[in-house]
Amino acid sequence: MSTEARKPPLQIALKIRRLLGGKAGWNGVAVQFAFAAVLGWVAYEIISNARANLEKQHIAAGFGFLANNAGFDVNQTLISYTGSDTFLRVFVVGLLNTLVVSVVGIVFSTLIGFVVALCRLSPNWLVSRVGEIYVEIIRNLPLLFQILFWYLAVLAALPNPRQSISLLGIAFISNRGLVIPQPIGQAGLEPFVAALVFGIVAALSLRIYARRALFLRGQLIRIWPYVLGLLIGLPLVTMAVFGLPFTVELPQLKGFNFAGGARIIPEFVALTLALSTYTAAFVAEIVRAGILSVHTGQMEAGASLGLSRGNTLRLIVVPQAMRVIVPPLTNQYLNLTKNSSLAVAIGYPDLVSVWAGTSLSQTGQAIEIIAMTMGVYLLISLFTSALMSIYGWRLSRSLGA
Amino acid sequence: MSDITASSFVRQDLVSERPAPIKTSGLVGLLRTRLLNSPTNILLTIVGLLLLWFTIIPSVRFLVVDAVWTGSDRGACLTENAGFAVGACWPYIQAKLPQLIYGFYPEAERWRVDLALILAAALLLPLLIPRLPAKGLNAGLFFLAFPAVAFFLLHGGGITGFGLSWTAGLLELFDDSIVSAGQVVLGLSGTSAIAPLLWLIGHLITLLGVAIHWLIFPLTWLRDQIQQTGQPVWVDLVLTAAFVSLTGFVLGGGMRGGGRALGSSIATFVAVAIIIKLMGLDHGGLPIVATNLWGGLLVTLVVSVTGIVTSLPIGIALALGRRASIPLIRIFSIAFIEFWRGVPLITVLFFATYMLPLFLPGNFSVDGLVRALIGIALFTGAYQAENVRGGLAAIPRGQSEAAAALGLSWWKTTALIVLPQALRHVIPNLVNSFISLFKDTSLVSIVALFDLLGSLRASFSDPKWATPSTAFTGFAFAGIIYFLFCFGMSRYSLFVERRLNAHRRN
Repeated sequence: MSTEARKPPLQIALKIRRLLGGKAGWNGVAVQFAFAAVLGWVAYEIISNARANLEKQHIAAGFGFLANNAGFDVNQTLISYTGSDTFLRVFVVGLLNTLVVSVVGIVFSTLIGFVVALCRLSPNWLVSRVGEIYVEIIRNLPLLFQILFWYLAVLAALPNPRQSISLLGIAFISNRGLVIPQPIGQAGLEPFVAALVFGIVAALSLRIYARRALFLRGQLIRIWPYVLGLLIGLPLVTMAVFGLPFTVELPQLKGFNFAGGARIIPEFVALTLALSTYTAAFVAEIVRAGILSVHTGQMEAGASLGLSRGNTLRLIVVPQAMRVIVPPLTNQYLNLTKNSSLAVAIGYPDLVSVWAGTSLSQTGQAIEIIAMTMGVYLLISLFTSALMSIYGWRLSRSLGA
Repeated sequence: MSDITASSFVRQDLVSERPAPIKTSGLVGLLRTRLLNSPTNILLTIVGLLLLWFTIIPSVRFLVVDAVWTGSDRGACLTENAGFAVGACWPYIQAKLPQLIYGFYPEAERWRVDLALILAAALLLPLLIPRLPAKGLNAGLFFLAFPAVAFFLLHGGGITGFGLSWTAGLLELFDDSIVSAGQVVLGLSGTSAIAPLLWLIGHLITLLGVAIHWLIFPLTWLRDQIQQTGQPVWVDLVLTAAFVSLTGFVLGGGMRGGGRALGSSIATFVAVAIIIKLMGLDHGGLPIVATNLWGGLLVTLVVSVTGIVTSLPIGIALALGRRASIPLIRIFSIAFIEFWRGVPLITVLFFATYMLPLFLPGNFSVDGLVRALIGIALFTGAYQAENVRGGLAAIPRGQSEAAAALGLSWWKTTALIVLPQALRHVIPNLVNSFISLFKDTSLVSIVALFDLLGSLRASFSDPKWATPSTAFTGFAFAGIIYFLFCFGMSRYSLFVERRLNAHRRN
């Protein structure tokens, strides 16, 4: 007498059920149908209401307005722009302005943030207290408050251009903004840039080659003289052959204003100051936490292996700290980019200001314009999070190996 | 045995005292070990002192020493009248203080704002002190009862019905929308290629609408009857109370265990009745103050408290949705969270101000403040969802498996076992989100609402107080207020964190 084993249940049906309804099974499917019905109803309401409202206001939906003439001026443009250009060009101008203020802000916030973090980690009691006070004050005041403070109080209190404050005699700051020396390209510019790019690429590939040699064959290659030659010597030689790449035009006070030099509008100065000091406080905390997260035993282990203090820091402590620092630091950079949208409060012509502000009030195409604005920020943040997941994947791979 | 003391190797006299070790505690110790112990450190100390000298001294001079304390207009704060380089112009703050706190709220009605603020403080403080009892009741009062009371207190106005009428009205709106959707689909069926299918769907939707109409007919009929009685609010309240209490009684276990639900339900409705009677909501309530008259600190606090109260349920729902195994709900939650987290708050406010009115029916106008509140609630809700998700992930699987072994349903497991633990874990993160929410409320000044910062900015343009130091004085004042609130909250979050991690401290 033998009992046959019962057949296992049909896997395919279970899998389909699981796929469609999750752990809740067919109940989950029912819930999904109800949820989809509600979503569909909401979407229908939104679309029908929007259509009715737009008809009432005589606004044609769609992106046709992008080709129309904008008819207003923008006071800082990176690409050539006049009032007779199209709205599409306004969009690009605003986007570029957002990007430039973000990049400058990121550079300065990183510099200030690392200095403040070093202050906070300093064994000197007074210096670490100064760092702490900076972080506490900056982090507990709204960013918009700080932007307005720099713009309405500090920059407005500066003297007019005639009495402007000279920074080492080459840059001048006044209530009309910052005037800095302007480089003007000469005949030797193109070969110079080409030599520089070639130098950087060659130096990087040299480094990769040297690391390979070290890891695969244990061969130590000294590359720094070549790198130095490539990065400094080669551009110098091109300069000697083709002439100066650019000359610097210093600003001169003439009458009531400056002649020569590049003028940076006060809105940009205020926004950059506020964004970089504000984000620096967060960067400082991240860097400090990252460095403190490396166990002191690591430093001692490095010393007991006979590594010098500099080598221990470079090869053991910093790589481990960077692992902790990089993801939140990227997040802060993303925050800074998003926060640059506060420019609209002081009239810096960023994406939100010229696009979701001026263009929206001129055309009334609220849905298209706000969707485009949100889409740009969404793309930036999705791109950053994609980069971060690649970084995380590489990190887990290197840790697993 | 000879005397030991006589031996030559026994010391005869006391050794002189060794000098005391270098002091490493106290002020002198601090100076020695942390400030002046090496040339580099001495240099750093000097740099630090110089930094403080050039920041603290001018600030104190500006705020206190050189400040003007009394005056009636800008004349008092001008250097030529005062006779010295004038610092802060405090009479300007004195003159603008009502505007900075209440905005243009009518002077005769300002007691209502004060009362609302006192109520909020009286409910919030006991909630924050861990040692005090009755946290559940307290939280219920703060998160459910207080917003409703504060709305009628600050905005004014009364009600013409209660639960029954509101439910009937909402269902009727829903039904109308379904019927009109059916009509639209039927209208399309004349021109489309898949006309028969559309015709069928249209008729089905219309049929559904008619069915719902008859289903809710008793409710609408009852609503009309209630409105015809002389006291619609009270009749409706009694009916709603009876209905909710009976449902609670039956669901709570009938004769065996429903008494508790019945009692708490009746107590709640009695409290509601007392509030309605006290505020006279059944006959018009307090005079209405439109929200465009609100301003200053009032708007800042209203926006932040509403954001805090509404974002938490949204966040919990989204976090649970993101962890759900049902595909559509999970995908929707992820998309919703990532969308709001990916865009800056200011675009959300623009969305709420310009796009939201287009999405609502034409006869349905939403107040400017409410629009901003909706935007902020959605935005903060997405951030809170990620906080709550962190807490949910920290709960070991064993907890929900044990609950399943006890036979608890998913809802009971979540509500009784998982969520309470998860939320306790993330209190510090939630408070940190509230700090950034409080700071972010300043952004509403960009969409033409006058919060503290907006009122401050508006007050700068008053020619009566235009002096060189006006802007600095205003920013100093607003900065102190913002700093006190944010710093207080961050210290509280540290305190809670230390309390929660008490077992980990050594």
